[in-house]
Amino acid sequence: MKSALITAVAAFVLYLILTVGTGNILLWSSAEIIAGVLLSIAAGIFGRKLLFKNEDYRMLNPVRWLYFIAYLGPFLFAMAKANIDVAYRVITGRINPGIVKISPNLKTDLGITMLGNSITLTPGTLSVDIDEKANDLYIHWINVKHKEPEIEEICNGFPKWIRRIAE
Amino acid sequence: MIETVIYIFLAIGVFFNGLGSFGLIRFPDVYTRLHASTKCTTFGSIFTSLGVIIYGVYYWHTESTSYGVLAIHAFIALLALVITNPTGAHAIARAAHKSGVYPKRAVVDKLKEKGDLSD
Amino acid sequence: MIETFFIVAIFLLIFMIFGVIRIVLGPTVPDRVVGLDTINTLVIAAMIILGAAYDEVIYVDVAIVYALLSFVGTLYIAKYLEGDLE
Repeated sequence: MKSALITAVAAFVLYLILTVGTGNILLWSSAEIIAGVLLSIAAGIFGRKLLFKNEDYRMLNPVRWLYFIAYLGPFLFAMAKANIDVAYRVITGRINPGIVKISPNLKTDLGITMLGNSITLTPGTLSVDIDEKANDLYIHWINVKHKEPEIEEICNGFPKWIRRIAE
Repeated sequence: MIETVIYIFLAIGVFFNGLGSFGLIRFPDVYTRLHASTKCTTFGSIFTSLGVIIYGVYYWHTESTSYGVLAIHAFIALLALVITNPTGAHAIARAAHKSGVYPKRAVVDKLKEKGDLSD
Repeated sequence: MIETFFIVAIFLLIFMIFGVIRIVLGPTVPDRVVGLDTINTLVIAAMIILGAAYDEVIYVDVAIVYALLSFVGTLYIAKYLEGDLE
């Protein structure tokens, strides 16, 4: 019940953002508001198990969202560095690739997903596969320095941030 | 003034998009091509879209509200792009490894040593 | 200002040709999927730019739907390559 309600409210907010500027009740027309209420109630009922698996409401804590906004700073910096690195390798063609394994010790699905996406967008690394039992990540590294790398070398301290955001 | 900022953002975006496409031609195997195409086209698209968002927000104040709607929708499209692009790259890399395409000139391949993961 | 947006769109069109070259040349199937994925991203960027150039918000709406649907398409092709489909 609670998860259906929260999903419906989230869907309604997204609908309002997409239809902004259509009329003159605040910014929306009455037809859009009625259609949005009906559609978001339907979305809440049918999608109640998608956002909150196992009735777990830890992501409603606003502190986690503040940490997420703070995380965007180091993340965008690492992403800019990644692009300059790729530019260097496109121009010189100097690569030394390989697939290595790291164990980030993250347990939740959301944490692993965020870490995998962050790794894909940051310097020289691309997540290839996940061992779902041991929570290990297999990573394609474009410039292998050691065959058994430390976590810090690959993901720039992202696991510490993600543990605060998503665990 | 604001036009110069938009020109700079568009130029950075076009440069990185071009770099990603050029890397797609130049690199030797699937995984390195994914490096070039995912990182560079995501970063380049962020900058071209930021150019459009700044354009929309600026003319929202001076001309009409339809420019504001343009900026908001461009921001949502950008958000969808940034979330979906690395996930798609991960899916392609995993599928390539499972279908038997291994990295060329690889120094080490821990995943092949372990054998394919059964989930 | 408007002309700049058209010039940027033409550049993105040229980069899409690189993706087409990769699709034609690509020695393996995953190479071709990478080319397709790059073209999808560039099409979305070009649609946002053209939405500003023609002053039509509907182009950007199409870009949102295109981003989500092309993602589903990529996942489906990847699943097919893995061989999990019955």
